[in-house]
Amino acid sequence: MHNRKLRLMGNLMLENKWYFLAALLCTVMTVIIEFITPIVLAETLDYYLQGKPSRMPAFINAWVDAWGGPSFMARNLWIVGLVMVGLNLLSGVFSFTKSRTQSIAGENVSLMLREKLYSHIQKLPFSYHVKAETGDLVQRCTSDVETVRRFLAMQLMSVVNALMMITFAIVYLLQENVKITLISMIMVPGLFLFAYLFFKWVIKNFRLSDEAEGKMSAVLQENLTGVRVVRAFGQQEYEVEKFEKVSEDYRKKSFKLSKLLATYWATSDAMSMIQSMVTLLTCVFFAIRGEITIGTLTIFTSYVWKLLWPIRQLGRILSDAGKSAVAMGRIDEILSQETEPEEKDAKKPSLKGDIVFDHVNFRYEEGREVLKDMSFTIPAGKTVAILGATGSGKSTVVHLLQRLFEPQSGEIRIGDTPLREIDRYYLRSHVGLVLQEPFLYSKTLKENVGITLRNPTDEQIDQAVTDAAAKEFILESDKGYETLVGERGVTLSGGQKQRIAIARTLMKENDILIFDDSLSAVDTETDAQIRAALKKRSEDTTTIIISHRIVTLSQADLILVMEDGRVSEQGTHEELIHSGGLYSRIFNIQSALEEEFKEEKASHATV
Amino acid sequence: MQQFEEQDFTKKFDLSLWKKILHYAKDYHKDLYRLAGAMAITAGCDVLFPLMTSYAIDHFIPNLNHPGGTDGLPGFIVAYLILLVIQVIAIFRFLYLGGKVEVGTCYTIRKRAFRKLQELPFSYYDRMPVGYLMSRMTSDTQRLSETIGWSLIDLCWGAVMIVASSITMFLLNWKMTLVVLLVVPPLAVISWWFQQRILKSYRAVRKTNSKITGAFNEGIMGAKTTKTLVREEMNMEEFTELTHTMKRSSVRAASLSAVYLPIVVSLGSIATAYALWQGGQQVIIGGMTLGVLQVFVNYTVQFFQPIRDIAAVFAEMQSAQAAAERVMTLLETEPDIIDSPEVEAEFGDNFHPKKENWPALQGNVEFRHVDFQYKEGEKVLSDFNLKIKSGETIALVGPTGAGKSTVVNLVCRFYEPTGGEILIDGVNYKQRSQLWLQSNLGYVLQEPRLFSGTIRDNIRYAKLDATDAEIEAAAKMVNAESFILKMEKGYDTDVGEGGNRLSTGEKQLISFARAILADPRIFVLDEATSSVDTQTEQMIQHAISKVLTGRTSFIIAHRLSTIRTADRILVIDDGKIKEMGTHQELLRLKGAYYNLYTNQFQEEQAMEILGKNEG
Repeated sequence: MHNRKLRLMGNLMLENKWYFLAALLCTVMTVIIEFITPIVLAETLDYYLQGKPSRMPAFINAWVDAWGGPSFMARNLWIVGLVMVGLNLLSGVFSFTKSRTQSIAGENVSLMLREKLYSHIQKLPFSYHVKAETGDLVQRCTSDVETVRRFLAMQLMSVVNALMMITFAIVYLLQENVKITLISMIMVPGLFLFAYLFFKWVIKNFRLSDEAEGKMSAVLQENLTGVRVVRAFGQQEYEVEKFEKVSEDYRKKSFKLSKLLATYWATSDAMSMIQSMVTLLTCVFFAIRGEITIGTLTIFTSYVWKLLWPIRQLGRILSDAGKSAVAMGRIDEILSQETEPEEKDAKKPSLKGDIVFDHVNFRYEEGREVLKDMSFTIPAGKTVAILGATGSGKSTVVHLLQRLFEPQSGEIRIGDTPLREIDRYYLRSHVGLVLQEPFLYSKTLKENVGITLRNPTDEQIDQAVTDAAAKEFILESDKGYETLVGERGVTLSGGQKQRIAIARTLMKENDILIFDDSLSAVDTETDAQIRAALKKRSEDTTTIIISHRIVTLSQADLILVMEDGRVSEQGTHEELIHSGGLYSRIFNIQSALEEEFKEEKASHATV
Repeated sequence: MQQFEEQDFTKKFDLSLWKKILHYAKDYHKDLYRLAGAMAITAGCDVLFPLMTSYAIDHFIPNLNHPGGTDGLPGFIVAYLILLVIQVIAIFRFLYLGGKVEVGTCYTIRKRAFRKLQELPFSYYDRMPVGYLMSRMTSDTQRLSETIGWSLIDLCWGAVMIVASSITMFLLNWKMTLVVLLVVPPLAVISWWFQQRILKSYRAVRKTNSKITGAFNEGIMGAKTTKTLVREEMNMEEFTELTHTMKRSSVRAASLSAVYLPIVVSLGSIATAYALWQGGQQVIIGGMTLGVLQVFVNYTVQFFQPIRDIAAVFAEMQSAQAAAERVMTLLETEPDIIDSPEVEAEFGDNFHPKKENWPALQGNVEFRHVDFQYKEGEKVLSDFNLKIKSGETIALVGPTGAGKSTVVNLVCRFYEPTGGEILIDGVNYKQRSQLWLQSNLGYVLQEPRLFSGTIRDNIRYAKLDATDAEIEAAAKMVNAESFILKMEKGYDTDVGEGGNRLSTGEKQLISFARAILADPRIFVLDEATSSVDTQTEQMIQHAISKVLTGRTSFIIAHRLSTIRTADRILVIDDGKIKEMGTHQELLRLKGAYYNLYTNQFQEEQAMEILGKNEG
C-alpha cells in the first residue's frame, strides 16, 4: 500500500520530469543571483569606494583594471547600477520560468490525476456504484487532488528553495567569517523547531475551527431547507438561538486560532528580529576591531533575513506534509478498485434474435438468491410485458441483459450467441434501457435528449420527443428546449423525467428496448400514447416492458409473471386471466371496482 | 433564473456600499482605530530599522569619513531593543485585532442575515435556491469580513509606510528622492493593471474548479445511467475539455503573477541602481556618508512593497464588492408579508410574541373572493370562495399545478391573497400576527423534514417546553412508539442529518407525533406519494385519522383511504373548484373525480398485491 502510493506519486513526477527539472534549475539560479546582489553592493562599498580588498573573482578584477581600476569604478558607479538592474532582470526571467514550469508541472499532475480518477470511476462496475458514497468520492477527487498538487508543485519546491538557501548561505558565509556565520545562525535551529512544533501543536485548532464551521453550515442548511417546518411551528425564535449558539462557537474557535497565529507570527518575528540585531551588533563589534569591512556587514545583515523566511516556511510545510501522503492514499484507494474487465475479442453479433434465459441463477450477496434457476424465452421482435411482485427479480433480469451484472450460473443468449461473449459496450448501445428513476444531466432539455449522439439533428430530437410524449411540456417550460435541468435549473416531475429518459433512449436505433417500470409516473393515457408511438416506430424491435398496469400488460404479445426469482406463469392476456394466478388477481380489481359502485348505489338507494 | 448568475467583477468602486458595510462593523469601530494605530506603528518601525543600521555604520565603524569607536554603543543597543519590543508588540496587536474584527464582523453580519432569513416569506425561498443562500451566508460573508479586517488595514500600513519613507528620504537627500519617486507612477499603473487581471484570472480558475467538482458529482451520481447509455467516452471528452480549460486558466493565472513580480522588482531596481550611482559619487566627494548611502539604497528596495500591496488591496476590494453587494441585498430585502405596526403592538413580532393578548383560535376558515398569482399575469386562483367550519376535514385533489398547494399556502399565510380576503374565525387574518396563526398550525409535509438531533428533540420541536411524558404520549398516539423503542437508544436515538438515518415511513410517523404535540387548531397535510411498506402504511393511516379528529384540516390527498374519509372533497383544476362534495356525491357525478378514482383505485390495488417496495 505504502509503496503503491509512493510509486503513483513518483510516476506523476516522472511524467513531468522536464518541467520539474526546469523548475529546479531555475530555483538554483534565482538563489545564486539572490546571493550575488549583496556581494556586488559590498564590493562597491569596500573595494571601489574605500579601496579595501576585493572579493570578486580575478577575471572581473582584470576587466576593472583594464578600465582603470577601482577608482574608475567609483567615478562611474552607474556601471554597478546597471549590473544590479541586469541581475534583477536575469533573476526575474528565472523566477518567471520557475513559477511557470512549476505551475505547469502541478497542473499536469492534477490534470492527470483527475482524468485518471474520472475515467476509472466510469469503468468501475455497476456493483461498486450501487454502494458508492458520492460526497466522499467527490471529496477525494477534488480536495485530495488539490492537496497532492500543492505538495508537488509548491511545497516541494519551497523545501528545495529553503535547503538551497541554507547550503549557499553556510558555504559562502563561512568563507567570509566563521565566527559571525555561527552567531548569525544561532537562532536558525530554534526558529525551525518552533515553526515545526507550533504547527504540529496547533493543527488540532485548525480542525476544531473547521468542525465548528461545518456545524454552523449544517444548522444553516437545515434551517433553510426546513424553513416550512420552522414556520409551521412558529419556532423562529428558537432557530435564531440555535444558530447563534453554533455561530458563536465558530466565532470563538476561529478567534482562538487567529490569536494563536498572531502569537506565532509575533514570536517568530521577534526571534528573527533578535537574530538580525545580534548579527548587526556582532558585525559592528568586529568592524570596530577592524576584522571585517562595511561590505561584510551589509552582506551578513541582508542574508540573515533571506535565510530566516524560508526557515519559517520550512517548519510549516514539514508540519503538515503528512496530509499529502494521506490524500495520496485516499486517491489510490479509488484507483486500486477493480474495473470492468477489458474484453479483447468480444463478439458484436446482430441482436435481433430471441432472448433466452437458460437456468440462470443470480445473487447480489452470498446466501440470498435473487434469480433461481430462471428460464424463459423472449421471441425476437415481440413486445413482452413482465409483471412481478417486489423482490421477484424483474429489475435484475433487466440488469443482466445489459451485462451490468453477470449471472453466477446458467446462460443468457441472444440469438445463438451467449451474452457473456458479446462486447459489453456494443450490447449496451444496442439495448435501450429506461430506468424507473432516471438520472438527468444538468444540461438543457435538448442536450439531455440528444445526449447519446455526437451530432443529433433537430429532426431526430423532435421525433424522439414527440414519440415520448414529452414535446408538450418541453414547449410549455420557460425556455422550451433550452430549459436547464438540475440544481440551477428546473426540477422536473417524476413523469417528466421518465419521458425525457425515454426520448433520449429513442434517439438511437435499438434492437432491444427495455422499460424498467419507467412509465409508472405518467398517467395511463400518456402511457398508451407512448406505447402506440413505439409500435409505429419500429416493428421489429424486441420490447420488454415491466409494469403493473393491466392495460399496459394486456396489450403485450407475451406476458411473463415473476414471483420469487422464478417465472411463475406466462402467456397472453386471454390465457392468464382465467389461470387464478397473480395476473388474474390484479385483473380482477377491475371487476371489484364495478362491484363497489353497485354496492354504493344500492346503499344510497336504501338511505 | 438569471438572477442567480454570479455577478462578475463590478467595474465601479462603490464607496457608499463600503460605508454601509462598515456600519455593520460598528461594534468594532474602536478596534478598527486601534488596529490602524498598530499598523501605523509597525510601518513606522519598518522605516526606522534601516536608519539604525545606517547610524551604526556611520558612528561606530571606522571608514572614509570618521575613525569610529564604541561611544554611544550602549545607548544604541538600548534604543534598538526598545524599537524591537515596540515592533513586536505592534505586530502582535494588529494581528490580534485584525482577527478580532474579521471574526466579529462576520459573526454580526451572519446573525443579522439569519434573523432576516427567518422573517422573509416563502416567496423569497421559492426564488432563491438553498445553495445560493448558503453561499451568501458562508463564503460571501467570510470574504466581506476578511476585507474589512485586513484589506482596509493594509491600506493604512501602506500609506504610512510610503509617507514615512518619502519624508525620511527627503530629509536625507531631497534631490535623489525626487528622482527615485519618478518610478512610482509607472509602478502604480503597472501594479493596478496586473492586480486586476491576476484576480480575474484566479476567479476564472475558481469557476472552472467548481465546474469540475460538478462534473465529478454528476459522473458519480449518474454512473448507472452513463453505463446504460454507453456515454463513457463522450463524458470523458467533456471532462477532458474541462480539465484542459482548468490547466490553461491556472497556468495563465500563475504566469500573470509570475511575470508581475519580476517586472515590479526590476523597475524598483532601477531606482536602487540610480541611488547607488548618485549616492556613491556623493560619498566620494564627501557629500554623503556610507551609512546614509546604505540606508537610501535600502529604502529604494522596501519603498515599493507598499505600492504593490495597495494595488492588490484595491483589486481585492473590487472583487469582494460583488460578495458585499450580495450580502447587502439579503440584509436589505424587505419581507412582503409583514404584520402592521398595530398588529405587532398588540400581538408581538416573530421573535417576541405577546401570547397573553392572543385570542383562542376556533378553526373557522373562509376564502372570500380570493385572487392569487405567484407571478404577474399568471393567475393561479381567481375569485375563489370557500367556507370551512371548525373541525371539518377538506381533501384537495386534482392534477399537479392545479392550485392545491396554493390554497394550503394561503391558509397558512405563507403567501397572502393578491385580491379578496381570508378570514379566520370571522376576522381577516391580516389583523392578527403571523405567529399567532402559525403557532396554531400543524403542518406535515410530503417529504417529512426532521432536524439533526434525537427523536425526542424532533418531536419536542413543536412545543419546546413539552415534558418527556407529553412527547411519549404523542408518539404513542400515532403508534410510533413501537419502532422508536426498538431503536438502539429509544427516544434518544440520533436521527442523523435531516433525519436520514430513519426510513421515510419512520420520519413520517415522527412528524405526525410532532404535529400532535403542537396540538394545532388547523392542520395541513401534504400527503406523501412515496411508497412505504404495507405495515407502515397502515400505521400512517391510523396516525392521520388520530391527528385529524377535532381539527380543521386541509389535506392535499393522494391516497384513496384518506380522500374517502374527508368531510368534503374539493376537485381543483386550473385554479377553480371543479367539483365539491362527499365521496359518494362526487362518484355519482361521474365527472373528474370519478375518473381519478377509478384509475387510482386500480393502481393502488395492484401495488398492494405486488408489495410496496419496488426494488
